[in-house]
Amino acid sequence: MAIEHADVLRAAHLARLGLNSDAEAAGYVDDLTRILEMVDRLQAVDTDGVAPLSHPLDATQRLRPDEVTETNQREAFQACAPETADGLYLVPRVVE
Amino acid sequence: MQWETVIGLEVHVQLATQSKIFSGASTAFGAEPNTQACAIDLGLPGVLPVLNEGAVAMAVQFGLAINAEIPETSLFERKNYFYPDLPKGYQTSQMAQPIVGKGEVEIVLDDDVRKRIRIHHAHLEEDAGKSLHEDFHGMSGIDLNRAGTPLLEIVSEPDMRSAKEAVAYIRAIHAIVTYLGISDGNMAEGSMRCDVNVSVRPKGQETLGTRAEIKNVNSFRFVERAIEFEVERQIELIEDGGKVVQETRLYDPDQDETRSMRTKEEANDYRYFPCPDLLPVMLDEAYIEHQRSTLPELPTEKRNRFETSLGLSTYDAGVLSSTRPMAEYFEAVLAVCGDAKQAANWVQGELSGHLNRENIDISNSPVTPEQLGGLISRVLDDTINGKAAKQVFAALWNNEGASADEIIDARGLKQVTDTGAIEAMIDQVIADSPVQVAQYREADPEKRGKMIGYFVGQVMKASRGTANPQQVNGLLKQKLDDA
Repeated sequence: MAIEHADVLRAAHLARLGLNSDAEAAGYVDDLTRILEMVDRLQAVDTDGVAPLSHPLDATQRLRPDEVTETNQREAFQACAPETADGLYLVPRVVE
Repeated sequence: MQWETVIGLEVHVQLATQSKIFSGASTAFGAEPNTQACAIDLGLPGVLPVLNEGAVAMAVQFGLAINAEIPETSLFERKNYFYPDLPKGYQTSQMAQPIVGKGEVEIVLDDDVRKRIRIHHAHLEEDAGKSLHEDFHGMSGIDLNRAGTPLLEIVSEPDMRSAKEAVAYIRAIHAIVTYLGISDGNMAEGSMRCDVNVSVRPKGQETLGTRAEIKNVNSFRFVERAIEFEVERQIELIEDGGKVVQETRLYDPDQDETRSMRTKEEANDYRYFPCPDLLPVMLDEAYIEHQRSTLPELPTEKRNRFETSLGLSTYDAGVLSSTRPMAEYFEAVLAVCGDAKQAANWVQGELSGHLNRENIDISNSPVTPEQLGGLISRVLDDTINGKAAKQVFAALWNNEGASADEIIDARGLKQVTDTGAIEAMIDQVIADSPVQVAQYREADPEKRGKMIGYFVGQVMKASRGTANPQQVNGLLKQKLDDA
């Protein structure tokens, strides 16, 4: 699979990464192309009948009893927020 | 052209756990902003989510209630998108391996037609926070109390063919989750929200039309109206030579219409991938069987039992099984009085009338089922007549006595069945009404049936409502006709 300039811009947008120049984007085209070449080699392995592995650890999820264990630490959490008001975190206005 | 409507629904049910799906923060409704958003809910660095067993149990119970497959392994994935009320930049959800597989729900339509709606799957996920857009000097305020609240998203197949069927389906889901006690089902507080997928196609056509998705509809009535509007819009559009575009729309209850949400050029690309922070969830047979053993009698089973073993009409059985508090109230009344038909009539008639008038939920009824059962028993054993029973009910409602018996005694409402006493009252009424008696006797025998009502009324009044009306009627007829 070939990576094109537009694919890099799109991936950057989805990840909210800012690219400073066309040259920078071109560098990613090269890097990502080589990564995908490696993936192509992995794809060549015959995996018929092998269930997809979602997690490398041979373990299962531990469950937690349904109990409230956290206390209100709003003040501590909001101390590092850029801006707050009336207990709310403030962010640049978002309207759909 | 004849058109067919095709509807599929995604219902998000907020699960009634004490704590969040991946953290020990409280899920209580209505707290001060951000006082129930802990480090995990905020997505601070270095935290690790741990799955809430209560949420798993509730999802499994729902799956068992709809006869779904419960896979041995299920998996959490990350659904990636950016929005300020989603602090981690992804929603932890399930896609490829959800906790509940294929199942089905039976719906009952007005004319007692039953239909099975297939469930594609149901999965666990976390809710996002809330954005407030007003009054922060051009900023948006974010409250993350709701972030991490467990949701069960129930996805149906496109099996519904009308707005009515869609509403019946949501009611069925609502009944199941509230019977199970896995959600309070409060739509006004957002405990149940629906995304509605609607398309139309010419009748007889196999392939589906292009669908529009109506987001976040939050009442039974709005679901019905949103669908009706949307179906009409799509048909008109196609008949005018246009094409339906696949898009997300919002229903505006004030205008009673759906509107396109400004769609971005690109389609959503959520880039799902397995969440590395959460291991696969394995549920063994013993766990699932344990959950099965906790299931209560479900709405459809209850309805069928009310109909077949209690002999109630389909309609009565449907109403009385519609919510768990209603069914439990009815069954408690029945346990006291022993007569299903009478219990059904009183619960749906006098009781529901009073509750609706004063907008009180049956679980807060001022008349307890024991009191109502006691009252019905006194009607059944002829201690009081129907008229007096209504007085006793009103007195119980207004808390003017602890039991029907107490009120009957205190007010002398015991039915008079002593023929001598009734005859004496009748004689008095006849003596006091010479004009009416003369008219009655001159009238055609066919007309007398109506005219006797006057005398019955007078005798009942004289007895202060306690005379047995059937006896009064019979004795009056004898006395008036025989003279």
